Amino acid sequence: MGWDPSTDATATKGFAIADQILDLVGGRAEALVTCGQGLNALTRFANSRIHQNMASDDDHVRLRVVTADGRIAQATTTRLDQDGLERLVEGAVEAARLCPPDPDYPGLAPCSSLAHVDHFDLETAAASPDARAEVVANFVSTAPDLESAGYCSTDSDTHVLVSTNGLRYASHSTMAQVDAIHRAAGVDSPPTDGYGQITSQRLSDLDGRRVGQVAEQKATGGANPIELEPGSYEVVLEPKAVASLLLFPAWLGFNGKAYAEGTSFVHLGEQQMDERIDIWDDGTDARSLGRPYDAEGTPKQRLDLVRSGVSVGLTHDRRSACLAGVDPNGCSVGQDAFGGYPGDLFLAAGDETLEDLIGGVERGLLVTDFWYNRILDPKTQVVTGLTRNGLFLIERGAITQPVQNFRYTQSVVGALSPGHVLGIGNDAQLVSNEGGVVHVPSLRLAGWAFTGGASG
Amino acid sequence: MFDLVTAAVEGALAAGASYADARVMIVRYESMSAKNRVVEGLTQTETAGIGVRALIGSSWGFQSTPELSPVAARRAGERAAEVARASARVSGGPVHLSPTPVVQDSWSNAYEVHPLDDVSIGERADLLVSVTGAIADAGIPLAQASHQIWDTQKWFASSEGSRIDQHLVECGAVIDATALGDGETQRRSYPGVRGQYGTRGWELVREIDLLGHAPRIAEEAKALLSAPQCPEKTTTLILGSEQMALQIHESVGHAIELDRILGWEAAFAGTSWLDPVQLGSLRYGSDLMNITADATLPGALGSFGYDDEGVPAQAVDIVKEGTWVGVLSGRDSAPLVGLSSGGMVRADGAASLPMVRMTNVGLLPGDSSLDEMIAATEDGIYMDTNRSWSIDDKRLNFQFGCEIAWEIKDGQLGQMLRNPTYTGIGPKFWASMDMVGGPDEWVFWGTANCGKGQPIQVGHTGHPSVPARFTDVRVGVR
Repeated sequence: MGWDPSTDATATKGFAIADQILDLVGGRAEALVTCGQGLNALTRFANSRIHQNMASDDDHVRLRVVTADGRIAQATTTRLDQDGLERLVEGAVEAARLCPPDPDYPGLAPCSSLAHVDHFDLETAAASPDARAEVVANFVSTAPDLESAGYCSTDSDTHVLVSTNGLRYASHSTMAQVDAIHRAAGVDSPPTDGYGQITSQRLSDLDGRRVGQVAEQKATGGANPIELEPGSYEVVLEPKAVASLLLFPAWLGFNGKAYAEGTSFVHLGEQQMDERIDIWDDGTDARSLGRPYDAEGTPKQRLDLVRSGVSVGLTHDRRSACLAGVDPNGCSVGQDAFGGYPGDLFLAAGDETLEDLIGGVERGLLVTDFWYNRILDPKTQVVTGLTRNGLFLIERGAITQPVQNFRYTQSVVGALSPGHVLGIGNDAQLVSNEGGVVHVPSLRLAGWAFTGGASG
Repeated sequence: MFDLVTAAVEGALAAGASYADARVMIVRYESMSAKNRVVEGLTQTETAGIGVRALIGSSWGFQSTPELSPVAARRAGERAAEVARASARVSGGPVHLSPTPVVQDSWSNAYEVHPLDDVSIGERADLLVSVTGAIADAGIPLAQASHQIWDTQKWFASSEGSRIDQHLVECGAVIDATALGDGETQRRSYPGVRGQYGTRGWELVREIDLLGHAPRIAEEAKALLSAPQCPEKTTTLILGSEQMALQIHESVGHAIELDRILGWEAAFAGTSWLDPVQLGSLRYGSDLMNITADATLPGALGSFGYDDEGVPAQAVDIVKEGTWVGVLSGRDSAPLVGLSSGGMVRADGAASLPMVRMTNVGLLPGDSSLDEMIAATEDGIYMDTNRSWSIDDKRLNFQFGCEIAWEIKDGQLGQMLRNPTYTGIGPKFWASMDMVGGPDEWVFWGTANCGKGQPIQVGHTGHPSVPARFTDVRVGVR
């Protein structure tokens, strides 16, 4: 049986606050109100002890007002008493009145039917600090002789969206994560880290021991790494590394606004990636974590971005869609200046195990994670960063030695270009990156440019 | 508001905490951005809440709530103690807090023109519209401008008896011009890629004269499209003060954070190449390298009266004539290396746990100048304005890119170069610094987007810097 927001006290409170704000706006402007309520809790550990342990109640509303001549302002507050809401409304209306009109304003989203999604787990929403500490204890216990660091988090969100033109949506969701390293001391070298993570809608999916065992094997297997010469190597990228890289095409490439402004790499209709690559956004997928609507109230849907390597889609909010002459596709993040973002990104899994991918490599590197990735140019998608948390040499299809971390400077799109994707793993999973959470597998790629060793 | 923080502290103590502190924070914030004469984004935010820390045995707990009532505050204190008890399940050694004086004080930074209260929103919007218009008129397809403003009020109380309220006004702005070429983009920003920010009023934005610099950055962005690529070689490198601020932030500021050095950030932000046993003896750079962390500099973005543990703002030597002598620390980290708190713990809001943050970590001026450095260089490259930044999790191996560069031949600036980058290892790079700009070129750069922690917090840091020259640097890595 589906969730009924009309019987949910938190959603009911959210609707009441949102309606109160619409009443305060009155007929002075079009308005869109969102109200988010929840609890964000994170138990953080380092040196094998919990050192930062926090929980924060979240209660906020966001108001967008648009005057009849297209003057727009947006305001947010956590002050939900009558004075706070009045200040929110009067400030937003006054700000809109004094701002120049936006000639490209497309109007509020119309009412639509939403896909049914259920990304909520009651146990996770009610998780205690003891429950999070248990996940941490289980992770730490897998390697009592190593140092451990990381976090276990649980987040819940109940969200409502209402507008002056009749939108009235609600959703609720939860997310739980364990994300951590074990650290092994080197004999005559710096310590080496091994990494593991699980991201899920449910706290009960967080098996601290299983993640800890993966991290322990990486850490101890990485001790006393050799130093290799920089150069281009065939690579197998594990899901965490793939997630790091997908941030850049997602943020600056598939963005319909960036495309219109000429800064995107995308050429619609062209075979820009290998034919094995399929990338799409889908907040309605049971495996994702998002809401069934975007920040403007446009329903989420499956949006193909790359199909068999061909660039076929762009992410839009209402403004960028209007300028492009297409329909908005549920990718608004509530910031007109930014454009659309695929908040529930998928890269299609293949049918090979990680061992299969490694087994196909004559000489190359297994990359667990990339770190401090920064883009040098959005159009070429050249990114620089470093490996971390486990880098291993593959020789004749088997891992032979740990390797010291490398700096890389590589075009993400170039690495995924036709003929360069040699294998795709069947291990697709939810992984967080700096833009949110993505669902990606391991990849075997023909070349990756490592431009500097750890020692410079 | 002192009744609320007092109630929160009392709640935590009643629930068993041996120490507790609490902050009420009310932050008014505005961001506005314009592109090609259109205001595309205007967001105004008011956040309020109370955050409480409770210490039980060797374990911390933190709880925040946006509800500002005595009942909610006391309940938050009690819940912070509950969270601390859960921490004991995976506990470590005892926590000792560095002693700090009990203070009852009120502090605010100086400003001339309050950016939210004394300047109309129409005037703020007009500036962004007109400056993007000026850039667009110069033939640039993407002209952008933005500003950010913060008005922060804090009330702090600790179970040791401190009661402190503070008021900080901060603001700044940035403009940029992006030229589109065949297969690449080129951007020029002013005053820097992240703008210029300070604990000052709107007078800061007026002083940097965005409109006056718009035509120059537009012409430079267009010129970069046809400029030769920065060659790949090892050479003498001169960095402008904006890029020096980034260099200091990434390869000194983060490396000297004691929580990183102690491994507290190992899983995310990383650790540090520095070992506390080397404090006072390790060579960080050349004799010309003098770095301080000074939270008392008027107008700099990392200035305040007291940190979020109630410790007074201080000026601390970090590197003295090339030797590493200081760290950034707080009350629970400093005693672990035999120091007292440097007063460098801050949070980005009431819902965030205070942590070690940079204050104004900057390079003290030397006795040279940019002109003298160029004149003294037979063959080299001058780069300025950060474009990309990446550094390893020990803060050693860096690769930074700049928006613009010029070759230097026989003491003269030569042709413009595009896509300049340079790479190096921190102590080796700093050891090669052989010329440092003087007091006339000392600029208090402000970085308003320093990310650290989990959940990630956005910190405001200051970086006084001057141009400087380095030898034998690898440039042009692509």
